[in-house]
Amino acid sequence: MGVKTWIEGWPVYRQLTGTDPLGRGAAAQSARSKSLTARTETADSVAKSVCPYCAVGCGQRVFVKDGEVVQIEGDPDSPISKGRLCPKGSASKSLVTSDRRQRKVLYRRPYGKDWEELDLDTAMEMIADRVLAAREETWEDADADGRPLNRTLGISSLGGATLDNEENYLIKKLFTAMGAVQIENQARI
Amino acid sequence: MAGPNSFYGPLDPAPDAGYVDAPPRMGFFTDTSVCIGCKACEVACKEWNAVPDDGFNLLGQSYDNTGGLTANSWRHVAFIEQPGSSSGGCGGGCSSGQATTTPGAFAGLPSGPSASAHSAAVASQTVPDTGTAPGIGPAFDALAAAATTSSILDKSGSSQFLGMPGSDLPGRTLDAPREDFRWLMMSNVCKHCTHAGCLDVCPTGALFRTEFGTVVVQSDICNGCGYCVPACPYGVIDRREDDGRAWKCTLCYDRIGDGLTPACAKACPTESIQYGELDELRERAAARVAALHEQGVSEARLYGNEPDDGVGGDGAFFLLLDEPEVYGLPPDPVVTTRDLPAMYKRAGLAALAMAATAVVSFLGSRS
Amino acid sequence: MAEAHPVGFQYVVEAKKRGAKVIHIDPRFTRTSALAHSYVPVRAGADIAFLGGVINYILSHEKDFREYVLAYTNAAMLVHEGFQDTEDLAGLFSGYDEELKAYDQSTWQYAGQGDEGQEEGASHVDRETASGLEQESHGPPIPADVPRDDTLQDPRCVYQVLKRHYARYTPEVVERLCGVPQEKFLEVCEAWTSNSGREKTTALVYSVGWTQHSVGVQYIRAGAIIQLLLGNMGRPGGGVMALRGHASIQGSTDIPTLFNLLPGYLPMPHHEQHETFSKWIDAIRHPGQKGFWANAESYAVSLLKSYFGDAATKDNDFGYGWMPRLTGDHGTYRQVLDMIDGKIKGYFLLGQNPAVGSAHGRAQRLGMANLDWLVVRDLFMIESATFWKDGPEVATGEITPETCKTEVFFMPAASHVEKEGTFTQTQRMLQWREKAVEPAGDCRSELWFFYHLGRLLRERLADSTLPRDQGLLNLTWDHYVPEGDEPSGEIVLQEINGYNLETGKLLSSFTEMKPDGSTSGGCWIYTGVYKDGVNQAARRKPRTEQDWVAREWGWAWPADRRTLYNRASADPEGKPWSEKKKYVWWDSDAGEWTGYDVPDFEKTKPPSYRPPEGATGVEAISGDDAFIMQGDGKGWLYAPSGLIDGPMPTHYEPAESGVRNPLYDQQANPTRKIYDRSDNLTNPSAPEAHTDVYPYVFSTSRLTEHHTAGGMSRQLAYLSELQPEMFIEVSPQLAAERGLEHLGWATIVTARSAIEARVMVTDRMRPLRIEDRLVHQVWLPYHWGHEGLVTGDAANDLIGITLDPNVLIQESKVGTCDVRAGRRPTGAELTAYVQSFRDRAGLAPDHKQPMTTVDQATLDASGAADGSSDEDGDS
Repeated sequence: MGVKTWIEGWPVYRQLTGTDPLGRGAAAQSARSKSLTARTETADSVAKSVCPYCAVGCGQRVFVKDGEVVQIEGDPDSPISKGRLCPKGSASKSLVTSDRRQRKVLYRRPYGKDWEELDLDTAMEMIADRVLAAREETWEDADADGRPLNRTLGISSLGGATLDNEENYLIKKLFTAMGAVQIENQARI
Repeated sequence: MAGPNSFYGPLDPAPDAGYVDAPPRMGFFTDTSVCIGCKACEVACKEWNAVPDDGFNLLGQSYDNTGGLTANSWRHVAFIEQPGSSSGGCGGGCSSGQATTTPGAFAGLPSGPSASAHSAAVASQTVPDTGTAPGIGPAFDALAAAATTSSILDKSGSSQFLGMPGSDLPGRTLDAPREDFRWLMMSNVCKHCTHAGCLDVCPTGALFRTEFGTVVVQSDICNGCGYCVPACPYGVIDRREDDGRAWKCTLCYDRIGDGLTPACAKACPTESIQYGELDELRERAAARVAALHEQGVSEARLYGNEPDDGVGGDGAFFLLLDEPEVYGLPPDPVVTTRDLPAMYKRAGLAALAMAATAVVSFLGSRS
Repeated sequence: MAEAHPVGFQYVVEAKKRGAKVIHIDPRFTRTSALAHSYVPVRAGADIAFLGGVINYILSHEKDFREYVLAYTNAAMLVHEGFQDTEDLAGLFSGYDEELKAYDQSTWQYAGQGDEGQEEGASHVDRETASGLEQESHGPPIPADVPRDDTLQDPRCVYQVLKRHYARYTPEVVERLCGVPQEKFLEVCEAWTSNSGREKTTALVYSVGWTQHSVGVQYIRAGAIIQLLLGNMGRPGGGVMALRGHASIQGSTDIPTLFNLLPGYLPMPHHEQHETFSKWIDAIRHPGQKGFWANAESYAVSLLKSYFGDAATKDNDFGYGWMPRLTGDHGTYRQVLDMIDGKIKGYFLLGQNPAVGSAHGRAQRLGMANLDWLVVRDLFMIESATFWKDGPEVATGEITPETCKTEVFFMPAASHVEKEGTFTQTQRMLQWREKAVEPAGDCRSELWFFYHLGRLLRERLADSTLPRDQGLLNLTWDHYVPEGDEPSGEIVLQEINGYNLETGKLLSSFTEMKPDGSTSGGCWIYTGVYKDGVNQAARRKPRTEQDWVAREWGWAWPADRRTLYNRASADPEGKPWSEKKKYVWWDSDAGEWTGYDVPDFEKTKPPSYRPPEGATGVEAISGDDAFIMQGDGKGWLYAPSGLIDGPMPTHYEPAESGVRNPLYDQQANPTRKIYDRSDNLTNPSAPEAHTDVYPYVFSTSRLTEHHTAGGMSRQLAYLSELQPEMFIEVSPQLAAERGLEHLGWATIVTARSAIEARVMVTDRMRPLRIEDRLVHQVWLPYHWGHEGLVTGDAANDLIGITLDPNVLIQESKVGTCDVRAGRRPTGAELTAYVQSFRDRAGLAPDHKQPMTTVDQATLDASGAADGSSDEDGDS
């Protein structure tokens, strides 16, 4: 830093020599203030998304910097929402970046008093085992009159309505093929 | 450059603060007649500016659990439940404009004592503890608490003035059946005054006037002295308990510098909060008031838009549907540093006189 | 609307600025009321009386849009001679079967159909399988040709039947029953009718405040009747719009995870009704009936081809034999009771929190505590994952960790920005979401979870030759993951769209589907979302660069139509009803339908087209049959088929009501779905004794600041601080009556449970005068539970399980309760406290609620009507 720059860095110097003798504006502006820029402008990428709360379907823009979501705000292009968001939609960044989110698989064994951590792959294997066992135990081939039933009533599922269409499609396809009929959704509730 | 109105009177503040070729002054026009009280502004502000939460306290002031503008709430949505008589009743939507021909919101229903005055008194802790209420902290809104009298409802439960926002103004106590009702909502914010007391008293230069004419605290400069807090005629600026520094709305200085809309105005679903060039907003506001008057909403009025008011006009002004006091706003705010030049002048003269005396005595001693 | 859908409400504000009048009808004064011109308070659970009053006003003042009504509704069609109305039978329709508590609907049909009546018990089966959610053609078939009287004078024509049915729904009755002053009621009638017709249209917007009732479907029907009478359907600015509450709840019924549906509203096979492939197909397409459901075989076969690929052949009925069968009610509430009874082993919760969000929270938690295993997939730790640890029943001692065997897997989920896919919003529009970031740690999408679960199951069963495993093994499954381990949402969406299997090209319209197995398509109504090989749901042309219909943003089913039944926006000759309301019209020069939207009609079928004698299906749709999915091409003022509880909406009191039905002897919906069990007691309802033990009416709903069961809001500081505590809204009068203090505590009690809440005394709540008594209503938000940054008791713990018979949705918008000052007891004392109210109310564990409250002679007359009508039909 040259001496000149160093001296010009003093607000008092700027106040006495510049256009702001009362030192309430230009002279008082700090280096940080001068260099401020919106973090949406410096994002690495922007994903076009849709708000996950109600069904109005407001457009969202998700700004990402260094692999982290740094801002979520309304998409002004959307003919539905015109860039606006309600308080919940406005809280979307907190929703996805919250440190309260669970990021580890947890397991509670029968009669257990607390959670234990479990490896994701192990959990998947255990769940697959249990699905097959429950299906085996409760399988019904036919009704009393011999008409096909081809199902299990031992397995239930209740889905939320924030799942994607593609996800619901796969869920229904898999459960139907394995004979599980008790597949329900918030849409009934 | 500084001029004769640098401390009081109409002024374009950015050029006065030394910005050569300053951009147009930017501000907020908050039209409360279309506010739905959703609080998107509060959340969007916090998300963008990483403002901490303000604590989880049920305040009982209708749906307002923020309580007021603080270091941790830069937007605050006030809710005012306002019972009315049937005379000239205009239904639930009095607040936003229609002829006075429709029956009141509760016309024809069994009537009884009003709740809002009593509820407001309870919320501001001016009634004795009943024993069923858990420990609630003191009222958040200092203005509201100060304005509240200690009177409580009489046994008959009739409505009585308690001085709270959310209640009636003096002389408005209802005797007639409460057939009408209004629920007023307003998103409050720092006014970015033309003459900002907070800025004038700031000894460190942390508070400064931006090129957009807005008033911003620079957190890298602020040392937490707190002089600005009592200097604000609106009770807006506030210090954080943890670091002691002062915080308030920046009108999203980092966003508007890049040509973006401040977070609250961008989120607002009903365009109750509008951002733009102040001159243009003032025109828009005048037109909106005229339109509302035409629709029979005679109570619509602007607040903070006059360049010759006590703060030289606000950079953030409002369309209200009742007296400012009803919303917890001071009716006639005056910049606390109005007399600063005169005071400095007198102080300067006194200093000169003292210096002269000293010189004289020095000279005198020589003689 | 302003409360739960603030961004949608911007259009109401905009319309208001342009001069529209906004009316808000709600039991309590809300943020929506604050912006409305007129607020109309109403008793919760009395809306059909209100809407019936509007229908009566329209008909008795002849305010209907007669040209529209004659052309596009079934007003002129003649109803079966054996039909008896609620006016004749004290609140029942003809055909009531006392045994099954269901109707034989034979006499509800159009004239001349008596011999094509329902199979015995069919209505009961339809109720058990929630057939009201299925395609429009469920229920008995409708003939293509129905006798008409275009003068509307025949006493048996729908118009006259409707007029008689609603004649008693006068402004005086509305006032007595709903608590709405006549002046206010007439203001609504006047505004609604004067703002409808050629030049103007009125929109009707509702939400779950209408659906969550034991007569929920009939609420919507009543609204639809008004909109049809006034000519507000299929026209811009009109319609009946459901404001749905979750990002893709519309998608969740289109591509359902519902027990009774397959994608595109095809029914899940039922072991009796759909024993064979052809019975299944015929039950959907109804041979002989009009409309696009006639092509159901193409839709169904294409679905099976998407499921089973090459393994689905004509010889094996395209794999129909691998499909599981329903035997009755397998809905979510039936399941919960079965869990309590130990019948269910495992339970998946996928972004759903029934411990807080479903009716009867205690039953939900007790059910989950009696499973072998439970998989919870969510973003945050929710109450449904921790019921065994610190739920309310742990406090009462009903569940203890030491004795609760349920094994729980908590699987963290990916958020909406950590995966790609489509949501279908409330107006049937699919919007594609791009993935912004990878999910952290063990967080995974449902797509990942189910793909890999399926992979593991198929690997384990790979060598099985058991018939039961063949469906699973024949699934097309391995193509979803082109790289890495995350399935591609685009590949799934393409499968949903469907292919021409011979050319390998994506289909552009469901009209290209074939019944011969040469096409696939996972949800026929979504076909076209990948039109021209382009992901149409990802279209995002800025609104400023297109017209007001904004057709280049997202994609709406079916066929990208933004307004359904928009043929009705033109008159029978195909000309717009008015210049101001023109939308879709017939261009006679070009010989096609044109306009701002995709015409909801065959593009080149002229208005003058009349079907040849004996035509069926699409060919039978006349040039002026605007309602192309209906079996008769008309909008139904009267539903001759498909509804369990009556062809016309009728005011019944809620299942829990202290008010005796002022209109009929029949108190409540005689076909509602009930589960009378000791753990699901219903508060006494008039004419039963002791209704005064639970004297107040309560309703529950959302706050702007929170979302459903709180899993996505009570975990966030910025939302939690805005509404930090569970509260109850009460009127000043009720506060005085019960000694409630503002900000103090109140305990709310029903036969199920007691919860506590902070008291909000507010002028926004007012008691109503119903008949000669004052009825107090209270309101509760239902967002709180025991997990999260802010916690509180769950309102759903108060609610019992009583369901609408058509779709099996619970009655959670109205019930009765008591409200007492102070906090509730804790521990075992809570159980005793709730029991003390039951004792006073005479609710023994085996208490049965009366389904019918009419005398035996009426019951006999209703049942007998069935037999006599058969004779009439034969003669």
